[in-house]
Amino acid sequence: MSETAERAPDEVAALPPTPGLGGGPWGAVKRVGAVLAQQREATVFVVAVLLVIYFWRTAPAFLTKDNIVNISQITAPVAIIAIGEVFLLVCGEIDLSVGFIFAFSPFLMHYLIDYYGVPAVLAVLLSLLMGVTAGFVNGFITVALRVPSFIATLGTGFILFGIMLTTSNAYPANIPAKAQGIGHWIGTYAWAEITWAIVLVAIFQIVLSRTRWGLHTVAVGGNILGAAEAGVNVAKIKYGNFMLTGFMGALVGLQEAFRTNSIDPSSGGYTPMFYAIAGAVIGGTALAGGSGTVIGAFLGAFVLSALQDGFNLIGISANPLPIIFGAAILVAMIANVQLSRLRRAGRTT
Amino acid sequence: MTAPEPDGQSPVGGPAAGQSPVGSAAAAAAEGSLLQVEHVAKRFGAVTALVDINLHVHRGEVLGLLGDNGAGKSTLLKILCGFQPPDTGRILLDGQEVHLKSVDHARSLGIDVVYQDLALIDELTVYHNMFLRREKVIGPLLNNRAMRKIARERLDAIGIGLKSVDVPVARLSGGQRQAIAVARAVYSDAKVLLLDEPLAAMGAKEAALILDLIRDLKQKGDLSIIIVAHNYGQAIEICDRINLLQHGEITFNKLAKDTSVQELNDIVIEEYRRALLERQKSA
Repeated sequence: MSETAERAPDEVAALPPTPGLGGGPWGAVKRVGAVLAQQREATVFVVAVLLVIYFWRTAPAFLTKDNIVNISQITAPVAIIAIGEVFLLVCGEIDLSVGFIFAFSPFLMHYLIDYYGVPAVLAVLLSLLMGVTAGFVNGFITVALRVPSFIATLGTGFILFGIMLTTSNAYPANIPAKAQGIGHWIGTYAWAEITWAIVLVAIFQIVLSRTRWGLHTVAVGGNILGAAEAGVNVAKIKYGNFMLTGFMGALVGLQEAFRTNSIDPSSGGYTPMFYAIAGAVIGGTALAGGSGTVIGAFLGAFVLSALQDGFNLIGISANPLPIIFGAAILVAMIANVQLSRLRRAGRTT
Repeated sequence: MTAPEPDGQSPVGGPAAGQSPVGSAAAAAAEGSLLQVEHVAKRFGAVTALVDINLHVHRGEVLGLLGDNGAGKSTLLKILCGFQPPDTGRILLDGQEVHLKSVDHARSLGIDVVYQDLALIDELTVYHNMFLRREKVIGPLLNNRAMRKIARERLDAIGIGLKSVDVPVARLSGGQRQAIAVARAVYSDAKVLLLDEPLAAMGAKEAALILDLIRDLKQKGDLSIIIVAHNYGQAIEICDRINLLQHGEITFNKLAKDTSVQELNDIVIEEYRRALLERQKSA
């Protein structure tokens, strides 16, 4: 959970001691185990390190610069979308439409520049604004019209998909010549995406665990009635987090277009969205709301990317990969549920 | 449920009511009170939750609001704390009419509430719960150090034995949770504190913790408290004055020292008898 996640070591030590934690080396091992149980990212971090060691031992090419760039480019889009999904999941919602915001945003930039003569920078900003607006609509349907977000965003996702296909005739487009210059820092440069991802993850982990917005997001997901009765503006939190997710979707759409140097109607869709949610869940975010971490989701996204890349390097067929992913999600979820039961069992009185 | 108006019953301030002394004397006493409720009514579709509520609480007074399930206690509380507006009637704070727009707004005016369902967030730590919506910040960031320290001091002052304010409240006992919820409201510069069933589902030991806490608050003298309660004995023990809510109206208003569990029981039993009689008539 976000609270335990960002706790300083001295505070962890201040927790009521778990019965049976003795001194000596065995006690130290047990203490490490207790920290792992408390700090959700720690578990997925250990998994990530073990995976890196395993793939590096079996396929030395795994840690070459080219391959690290490759892994970073698989990780980054998933991690950035996962930031939004973590905030939504923590406050008790979900966004299935974000992959279609992703798909539409570079097309919108292309239309604005090539058909309406809008300056490139403004076109990029307007495409990001489209993502925020789509998020607002998702929030409106969920909060004001009371349609569960799973269904609301299923609907808006289809609509965005249809708008993108209709306006583009399902043909790919080239990056507008005028936008080539600004594309470097958005996604063309090899390390651009992972840099964005790391900076955004750092910022939004702080937002989640150290600001009122984050605290209220946890409160809304933990006990929506209680949060409202305490005076938390539940609607504002939900709108804001849908808009955040929409923004991230639009940003990743632009990044991927610049990186691949093409605007492709088949990019985006459900795959990056489900990977983002899988990454969030593996990283310790509860689908039921109330707890989650952005860093955990980043590590989750990395684990999924490392698996994908590593199996490819070893030469294992990509076909069984979904089995591994599915198992990883289930193991992570089962671990989460059981660990929170253990935490609750540790009542102080 | 649609509450039939009891025969001959009339709102406080009207012609003297049949069974209880809530006539013009009470209306006179209402003058100069801190919080005053006049002719408040609330319907939910076909259900009339509150018919005509008139009550008041003085500065530093503890008012017990008793009544059966469905009498309208929770609805009244939700109106007083700004969670929902009344259909008609008015609320006066310090003699000034106030329109409570939200829980936040009511709180800014000094009316704070501790709900039966506690409004605590299981996933958040004790100190984050205590400061929810009133967080201490440095710029955009939470000042956790300050909140932890103040929470520690306040809970120590109340005397609840809590090892750490860093644990999620999910791990605490019912009494500790209730104490934290009360402490949260007390330290919010509240003038009027509304407590919804503060002793519900609590063992004797835990109830004692809360009763002590309320007694402490009473001694400080400047906080008015309205306690919604089920248990007549506890209410008489802790409150200065008792109001009885029946069918969406206040039908009884006496100082706690002038009434007894027996008297309150008799009134309620009388009411059951009348309801039974009406049922038989209509059958």
